Order: sequence, then structure tokens, then C-alpha cells
Amino acid sequence: MSGLRLINPEVEFLRYRRRMEIAGGVAALLFLTLFSRFVWLQIIQYDHYHALAENNRISLVPAPPSRGVIYDRQGEVLAQNFSAYTLEITPDKAGKLEATLDQLGEVVSIDAGDRKRFKRLLAESKNFESIPIRNRLTEEEVARFTVNRYRFPGIEVKARLFRQYPYGEIFSHVVGYIGRIGQHDLDRLGASEQLANYRGTDHIGKLGIEASYEAWLHGRTGIEKVETDSSGRAVRLLSRSAPVSGHNLYLHLDARLQQVAEKVFGDYRGALVALDPRNGGVLALVSKPGFDPNLFVDGIDSATWRELNDAHERPLINRALRGVYPPGSTLKPFMGLAGLELGVRKPGDTIADPGYFTLSGSSHRYRDWKKDGHGMVDLKKSITISCDTYYYGLAHQMGIEHMAGFLTQFGFGQKSGVDLDGELAGLMPTPEWKQRRFKQPWWPGETVIAGIGQGYVLSTPMQLAVATMAIANDGVVYKPQLIRAWRDPASGLMSYAAPRILRRIPLKPEFLRLVKEAMVDVTLPGGTAAVAGANAPYLFAGKTGTAQVVGIRQGEKYDEHRVAARNRDHALFIAFAPADAPKIVLAVMVENGGHGGSTAAPVARKVIDYWLLGKLPTVYAPSEPGATPPDEEAEDAGPADETVRPVLEGVAQ
Amino acid sequence: MILRTLFSRLFAHLDGPLVGLLALLLLLGSSVVYSASGESPAKMASHFLNLSVALSAMLLVSHIPPQRLMQFALPAYAVGLILLLGVALFGIVVNGSRRWLELGVTRIQPSELMRLAVPMMLAWYLHYKQETLRGRDFLVAGLLLALPVGFIAKQPDLGTSLLITASGFYVLFLGGLSWKIIVGAAVTAGSALPVAWNYLLHDYQRGRVLTLIDPSSDPLGAGYHIIQSTIAVGSGGVAGKGWMAGTQTHLDFLPERSTDFIFAVYSEEFGLIGNLFLLLLYAAIIWRGLLLASGAPSLFGRLFAGAIVLTFATYAFVNMGMVSGILPVVGVPLPLVSYGGTSMVTVLVGFGIVMSLVTHKKLVKT
Repeated sequence: MSGLRLINPEVEFLRYRRRMEIAGGVAALLFLTLFSRFVWLQIIQYDHYHALAENNRISLVPAPPSRGVIYDRQGEVLAQNFSAYTLEITPDKAGKLEATLDQLGEVVSIDAGDRKRFKRLLAESKNFESIPIRNRLTEEEVARFTVNRYRFPGIEVKARLFRQYPYGEIFSHVVGYIGRIGQHDLDRLGASEQLANYRGTDHIGKLGIEASYEAWLHGRTGIEKVETDSSGRAVRLLSRSAPVSGHNLYLHLDARLQQVAEKVFGDYRGALVALDPRNGGVLALVSKPGFDPNLFVDGIDSATWRELNDAHERPLINRALRGVYPPGSTLKPFMGLAGLELGVRKPGDTIADPGYFTLSGSSHRYRDWKKDGHGMVDLKKSITISCDTYYYGLAHQMGIEHMAGFLTQFGFGQKSGVDLDGELAGLMPTPEWKQRRFKQPWWPGETVIAGIGQGYVLSTPMQLAVATMAIANDGVVYKPQLIRAWRDPASGLMSYAAPRILRRIPLKPEFLRLVKEAMVDVTLPGGTAAVAGANAPYLFAGKTGTAQVVGIRQGEKYDEHRVAARNRDHALFIAFAPADAPKIVLAVMVENGGHGGSTAAPVARKVIDYWLLGKLPTVYAPSEPGATPPDEEAEDAGPADETVRPVLEGVAQ
Repeated sequence: MILRTLFSRLFAHLDGPLVGLLALLLLLGSSVVYSASGESPAKMASHFLNLSVALSAMLLVSHIPPQRLMQFALPAYAVGLILLLGVALFGIVVNGSRRWLELGVTRIQPSELMRLAVPMMLAWYLHYKQETLRGRDFLVAGLLLALPVGFIAKQPDLGTSLLITASGFYVLFLGGLSWKIIVGAAVTAGSALPVAWNYLLHDYQRGRVLTLIDPSSDPLGAGYHIIQSTIAVGSGGVAGKGWMAGTQTHLDFLPERSTDFIFAVYSEEFGLIGNLFLLLLYAAIIWRGLLLASGAPSLFGRLFAGAIVLTFATYAFVNMGMVSGILPVVGVPLPLVSYGGTSMVTVLVGFGIVMSLVTHKKLVKT
């Protein structure tokens, strides 16, 4: 269609109106689309968007509780909190980490150790978590950083509670330590549905009381509901549930006693357990060497850790609970009771000791520590002078099953149940056990040496202390407990831990009296611990023991001067005092200490002197120069005439 | 008496219902700006300054007779085109696009001028040719439209170029553009879309479209605006959180909340009921505007006024669609609600023109 169109204004206008109506209709349709979109968003999807807006707006900030303080029985602080400033980095927000650290190093000092620890923590954490780069900033450093803060996005100074152990090494194994929560802890917390309670907490008990009473010490995390703006700044507090501090714990431990016990070991390795026989309270629990638990709180650096872990003294092992040793002659009082109670021996029965024992039909000689024997020996004498031959025969007569059955009542081969983690059970062997373990029958000779606490028999110092408590208490065995009381943080009320009786062993009073008298005689002139017991103003009952570390071949003599220090026998001593009304029970183990009477018994004497008399030892070395030990038992060994002086590892090797 | 006469002379060219509706919208808008700005007195002062400038401009423009406006059409268009050319040659790059022209004392954005100049030019052209209107004339008109749009799209400013295309198209559509051409153009545009997607669009423009389809693909970047504004709208619910009580707004989660995203603020605080009210208010303004436009005595008046009202409708729709997440993010303010002088002046001047075109009946002979 070409050429001019005739314009009819009327038609033209009608077309305009129609076009206008179409346009208006389209506009209406589009507005309807908008309205349906609003209905969709604001009615149908309202819950979803409401939740999103609330999520935007509200953040839950955990308010970590302050950890319970640990006290000894006198109220001495063993573990406490202090507040300090840390410098923390949120990697997500901090940009290039290396460059940032370099710049940061110009403001506050950051050493190689800090960097190393930071890198390790970085590898373990998620990027949006804040990770400490420096702990314990000084006021001056805080001020210096604050001035330069604008240069470091994602880096903040935070006030945090730190754990401190004022006694350091002394309580390393008992009180333990806390460390940063690791994957393993997270798994455990997850399994016990405790993860929510640990939001905002980054340390957890790893060892000792700190670990076993974690649930009590930690407390309950509070939650602050905070309205935040888009940059995460808190605008106002909406609601708050206050954190509840952990329980303060009061232990049976006595810090002074523990210190004395720790010191009297001198340079020896070993362990000591002191119990209150009247309730099972653990008065002291020493494992030497220890370590400084404060090292672990900030995250120990790997070099130090490796050093501790690989050191041949094994300072990280709690010898009192996890050190298993042959009980040696300390088993004899229990064996004696077994003989009497099972009717194998009568109190007045005597044997003639030629210096050795043989099984019929065998030429093998089980030798007494005294080459020529002790002559005529009854039960009391067998304990006082620690006659081996008497117990070789007794064990053989009794048989291993009866022996194991009786001794198990005293806790041998069983965990004591003390309120610390990681305790080992030791071993009270039976033929059935040997069959299961080695697929071999039991040999009679194995019963013979088990009679003097050698062979397969293994026990921990804690077990020895518990067994000794059974004698001291006339058969009543309390569960050893560290916890004495705790204070509820909310009510402020103090609750006391009830003594828990594990067993009452039925023992005849006359048999008990006989064994106790014999144990008192041990520390009197003529006994194997006579030197250690000299002039004790209380009835001091004890029993020495020497646990063989290396086997000595038939016909060979144990010459302690030729044996490397590492292979020297372990010295043992069990004790209780006063024997007529016992207030303390002890088990002492001195690793490679030689003879129980000369190294372990003096340790016990000093500890008991302090506990009963308040007397601090004047000399701490376990062997006093010039003191001549009495004839000593040492299995398969000749008499030792010379004083054994403590041998330092370094010197000996 | 003299004062009354003066007043009636002053407001002689205003349309009562339309001005009433606009005033209601401006009032509503001011209250939202107040909330969105966080009760900032400085911002409110400048908002009211903008408002008075824009209203005065509207009043002023309503007095300009249509003949005078028609005389402006060609020069305004020509000047605009020259300025666009200037932008292309000497323009200042801001945020990656070349939109501004430095004029010594101030910088201007010529594409803003073209929002009114292009439909005015096209309306004038069709009016001028109305006696002999044929297909070829629409082709010329199309070229007159394509030239500035091409420049603006090249800046690049896709949003403005599309909206100017729309306003030009409204003139042609109302002027009787053949359906065949409309359908043909639509088909061509549809089939050219893949080509445009691959070759003509800039990365950021593609990104905006992709983000619209899946905002969560870039929650902290381009998607952030859409996600947060959709949350604001949705969480408003039926009744809204109450004026000044929008959490998305007042806790700083909404970006550009007093300008392009102000609808999210309104929607969050006044809910679906408020939205319905706003839609009805816009619809009433558009209704009244179109009614007035169709009563304009000249073809120029009808076409220009109609295009202005439809463009206003388009702005409102595009802005609300973008904020509620059904259209890609283009920089379009919510007309007469968003904070910002330029947009307010442009829109109210537009309505001033509409009223001028329809109230000067007696003086114009067609």
C-alpha cells in the first residue's frame, strides 16, 4: 500500500484509543504478575524468608563458663584460671597470612614458636574460626596493636581465661592439664551430645583430674542472643542465659605432702601412692619424673612434645597407675595371710631354710636371697627377714588357683577404680589365663616364683597401696578416691564424696594381728627396713620388696655394680602407720632403685614422718651416706654389704 | 481576591486528581525514604529540596504550551545526540562505563536528557508526518530511535537504552505501528537473542541475568542484592514489620536501600497490604494519566503524553520486578519513591508535560 493515506481523524482517534486500551491491559497484566509474586513471597514463602531474615539478624554468641578451680584438702590451689589477652586471627578475613604475620611481627613480637603453633592450629581449624597467634600479651603490646589495628583486618585482641597450674611439675600426673580441643575430643563430645555445651570453649581436660572430672569442671555454656548488623557487629543484646561456672573441686590430696613425697625421690624415677585407710582418699600420688603441665595449655610445640614423649625416662607415663611391676617381696604379707586363711600353714609352723627350694623330681634350685638360708623360719620371721624359701614352698603347697583366688580379693590383677583415667589392671596369673594367652600349660615352677611376687605377677603402685590398705583396715577395702568435696557453683553448697567400700575381706583377727606384727618388725632392728624405721615414734608397719628387672641365669650371681643402672632391680616398699590406728597407707616404687629397704623404705619413712609428725625431711636423697643397710633380700642374689648410692643415669651410661 | 486569582492562574494547567494521586505517592515515598535513610535529617532535607525543585519544575512545565514544546523537540533531540557523541568520544568512565560528560563546572549524563527527548522527537515526527503517514515514516522514526539507543547501549548502559527503546516504542505503537512490524520485530529480536547474548552483552550484563536465575551462585557478589531484597520482601509478610521496624533495612543488610532498592524497604515494613496499596496507587496514576493523554487535542500531545505515562508504568514495573527477584538488576529507581533528584525531576517534568499537553486544549487547533 503506497501513496497517501486519507486521514480520518475519527478513525485515527479510535485506533489510538484501542492501542491505549491494549497498553493499559498489558500494564494491568504486568501489575497482576507483580502482585502474584508478592503473594508468593509474602504469604506462601513467608516462613522461609522470615527465617532467613531472623538468621541474618540474630546470632547466638556462646558465653563460655569459667572452669572450676581445683584445690587440695587444705584449700591450696592446684589449678586455676587467669585472664589474659590473646591476639587472634580469623584466616578468612585476614588476607594473605604470611604477609600479614610479617607485618604483625613489627607491632608485637611473634617468634618462630608462635608461628609454628599457629600453623599447626591453622591446619586443624576451619578458616572462619579465630586462631590465636600470640598468647599473654602485655598491656603495652595490647596498646601498640590497638593503635595499629586498622592495618590488620581479621585480627583481634581477645580476653581469654587461661589455666594455670601453680605447682607445675609436682602434680603433673594427678591434676593433669587441659589442651586445645582436638578431633578426638570432638568425636567424644559429639557422641555424648555435649558439642553444643562446648561452643565457645576451646580447651578440654586431657589428663588427670582435669580429664576425669571434665564434665564437672567445665560448667554450662551460656548463650547470648545478639542482634547483629550486616557487618557482624552486635547492635543489641536480645536475651542472655548466663554461663554456669564449673564445680570447684576439693581433693584429698595434700599439696605439702605431695611436695615432700616428690622431693624425697631425689633424682630417681618411680611412683608413690599415699592413701587414707579410713576412707580411701588419695593423699599423694606421685609419678617421677613429671613434666610442666603449663606447657600444654597454650598448645605445646612439637619439639618439646617429642622431647617429652621420646625421653627414655618417659615422663608422660603415670607410673602410679600405668606402671606395672612385679610386686616382689611386698606380696609376702598377703601370701602369708593366704597360707593362714586357707589353712595351708599354721602360725607356729616352721620350715628349715637351706637357702634354696627344689620341687620334687627336679634339680632346679629356687634360691633364697641369702645364700646359706635363714635357718628355722616361721610365718612372722618369714615376713620380717623376707625369707624366699618359705614362700616358694607355701605357693607350691597352696597351688596357683587358690593363691590367685585369695589375692584377687586384695585387688591384685584388678583396676582399683580410682577416679583417674587410664589405670592398668596388672596381672594375677592363673593356668587358664596362661592357656588363653600363650596356649601353654601352667608349670609348677611358675607357681613357685609367683609366691615371691615374680614371674607373671604384675601390679601397679596403686594396687599395692589398695592391698596394703586391706591389711591396715582389717579387711575393709575402700575405693581410692581423689575427690573429697565439690562446690556447686549455682547454690554455693558444698557436697562431700562418700567413702565407697569396695570389699570386706573376711580375715581372722588373730591372723591379721600376726601379719601386722610381722610388718612392724620389718622396720625394727633385725627387719629388712630397720634403718629406715630407726627411732620411729609410732608403730611403723611395712614390707620391703625388690623386683627383678633382668633374669639371672642359674649359677650366676647378681652383682649390682656390674649391672647397668637401667637393669638394676626396682625397689619397692609398702607401709602403713601408725600400725595400731593407721592414718596413712603407702606404696613406694623406686625404678632401678636396687633394694627396697635402702631406697624405697626411706622415702616412705620421710613421707609418713611428715604426715604424722609434721616433720620436714632434712635430707632428701633416698640413701643417706654412711647408713649401712641391713641384710637385704634380692631374689637370686648374694648379700649386699655396701651402701648403694643413687646412681644417676647419665653417670652410669 | 488578587491572591486567589494568582493562585488559580498558577495552578490553571494542573489536573486535580492526578496531582492528588502524585502527592499521595510522594508522601508515601518520603516516609519510606525517612525509614531507609535511618532517620537522617540531612538526607530528608535534601530529599525535600529535590521534591520542591521537581514540583516547581512540574508546575513550570505545565505552563509551557504544546506548540512551544513541539518547537523544542528537534533541537532537544539534536543536542542530546551531539552530547551522546561527545560522551562516546570524550566521556568519563565511571564504574566501567562511559556515561558522563565533563562540562567544566559540572558533569552531565546525556542519556537522562534522552529519556524525554527521544519520545518527544518521535511524537513530533509522527505528528509532523500525520497527514501523509506511511510505512516509510515509521522506518525513519525507528532510525531516530535506534541512533541514541545505540550510543547509550554502547556506553554501556543496557537498562537506560532498553527503557528509552520502550518509550520510543510506545510512541510508535500508539501512533499506529503495524502489527506485522511489531510481531516481525519481536520474532527477529527473539531469534537474535542468542547472538546478542554471546556477542553484544558484556560479562557483567550476562552475570546479572545469570544471577537472577540463580542468585545463590554468587551470594556475596552480584547475587547479594537480590537475595537480601527478596528476603526483605518475603519477611514482610502480610502486614509488614511496621514503619521503621524493618530488620533487613535497619541492620544494614539491604544495599542501596534508599535508591534503587527502596521498594524492599517499603515491602518489608508495610507487607503485602502495603504492596497492594502501592500497586493500586500506581495503577490509579497510570489510569488517570492515560485518560488525560487520550484527551489531548493534538496527535503530538496524545503520543507524547501516552508514552510518558506508559514509561512511568514501565519504570514502576521494572523496579518492583527487579527488587522482588523476577527481573534482572538494572539501575532503575522506583518512580517518585526512590531518593534521588534526577529521577524525581524527570518523572515530574514528564507529568508536567502531560498536564500541559492536555490542558492547553483551547489554544491549539489541530
